[in-house]
Amino acid sequence: MTDLLEPAQRPHDAASRAAALAEVPLVSPAPQGGIRGIVKHRYLLRLLVKREVTARYHGSFLGMLWSYINPLTQFLMYIFIFTLLMGRGQQIEHFAIHVFCSIMVVSLFTETISAGTRSIVRNSSLLQKSAMPRETFPFASLLVSVYHLWPEFVILAVALMFTGWAPPLAALGAGLLGYGIIMVFALGLGLMLSVSQVFLRDTGQVVQVVNNFIRFGVPMMYPYSLVAERFHGHTDLYLSNPIAIAVLLVQRCFWVPTTVDQDATIAESMPPHLFERGFIALAGALVLLFIAQKVFTRFENKIPERI
Amino acid sequence: MSDSIIVEHVSKKFTKQYHRTLKQVTVAMARRQQVSNSFLALDDVSFRVEQGESIGLMGLNGSGKSTLLKLVQGVMSPDTGSVQTRGRISGLIATGAGFHPQLTGRENIYLNAAILGMSEAETNRKFDEITDFADLGDFLDSPVGYYSSGMYARLGFAIAIHVDADIFLADEALSVGDKPFKVKCMKKMKEIRESGVTIFYVSHAASSVEKMCDRVLVLEKGRLGFDGDVKAGIKYLGYDDESEGTDEELGSEV
Repeated sequence: MTDLLEPAQRPHDAASRAAALAEVPLVSPAPQGGIRGIVKHRYLLRLLVKREVTARYHGSFLGMLWSYINPLTQFLMYIFIFTLLMGRGQQIEHFAIHVFCSIMVVSLFTETISAGTRSIVRNSSLLQKSAMPRETFPFASLLVSVYHLWPEFVILAVALMFTGWAPPLAALGAGLLGYGIIMVFALGLGLMLSVSQVFLRDTGQVVQVVNNFIRFGVPMMYPYSLVAERFHGHTDLYLSNPIAIAVLLVQRCFWVPTTVDQDATIAESMPPHLFERGFIALAGALVLLFIAQKVFTRFENKIPERI
Repeated sequence: MSDSIIVEHVSKKFTKQYHRTLKQVTVAMARRQQVSNSFLALDDVSFRVEQGESIGLMGLNGSGKSTLLKLVQGVMSPDTGSVQTRGRISGLIATGAGFHPQLTGRENIYLNAAILGMSEAETNRKFDEITDFADLGDFLDSPVGYYSSGMYARLGFAIAIHVDADIFLADEALSVGDKPFKVKCMKKMKEIRESGVTIFYVSHAASSVEKMCDRVLVLEKGRLGFDGDVKAGIKYLGYDDESEGTDEELGSEV
């Protein structure tokens, strides 16, 4: 499947083909993996992502509108439960935004790893027939999840407009860092889990269980101030979770600027050294991604016969 | 002429059952049954193919033909030995792979062509040829889920056969489509052959191998049993004995 000659110069008779191929080396027909493989097959990657995105709401009358309806109803539900029913809103400003921006990060992560885990097994018929870089599938799972963020951002943007959100530069940096951590971390795990699922079908079940824990292991439904108060002096374990750090960074970006006294909010609801912790988490995630790629390369040759 | 495919001392081992449950493993261990179960699908296979040769790969079911084809294609890698190829590989191997029933014929052409290694520009350039060949009429913009099985297969074939390749692999017998379509496919295959493309053709049909190929490889339980002249190869395999019914009677492909 290697594209060694430009289409325009492809030969049409035996003599010119032999001449053209004289320059082409003999190589192993196995696909080139890794980032270079994906970059080389980026057109295919784009089409696969498009296929997943259009297939999700295909055939429904409202189509892509559903991707707005889902998060919108969720958001309204949080406002109802947290602000009106449980009265959290009295203690914490704009708690619905706190929950919603956090849940966007968490669901980006959980969706990516659960779709990523299944991605290779689900595309088994393709993998058995075509020599393409196998990393394409877990990577496509990440891109599909990222694509589905946009409707959520639109709804968040409307909510932020009502609160008069005007973020300082540091807040925007925090948001970028938070999303960076979560994407690299999810991609690394997705890569490893996708190949693990091929050999051990129990992986998918484990991922579901872990995903349930993740929702409560990050300051989403509760503010970080609660953790700091209860685990006083012992918050390091809680903060060693890169997902928790990513969630806090994204809150720093979207939620903190909506509060009246930002400095007070940061002092109360953000851990100290948040940015340093963020950069450490990002470095950790990058190391994980590197290891994941090594593990993937080590086992990928066995994938076609095992699925 | 230069080498197009070099296969050297290739072996490939498969396990019969991979996914065992906890229950199965415990029961097997309690009964002291053997837990591993593997077999050699290919056993020390070596051959060279020159650019422009047409090879017929024959053998009984389970002799390792499809495995060998997957190794040449690069989908699988050999346990021992090496496979090397020169140029772009394509062919009638992934026909309809990745077709999504909810996408239209048009969208699926782009997707399937990309899976077969074509760029967007190349697909654009060949789009009309492909649609003419598949002969779908106004179904082109309907989801392929609504296609008849013949149309579905024709579309898959039409895309695969239009990929420019230096090595053309064909695993699926031309058993789909009606007679005019089969004739069209054979004609196109001849064209491909005459343009100096190496052809690697897996078939049980002696008559079409005789028409298409100038050399035959016969696999027997994973070993290369015969490598040489087409007629002799068919005779080696015992496919020339027509007392059990000719290709025509058995309804093999053209």
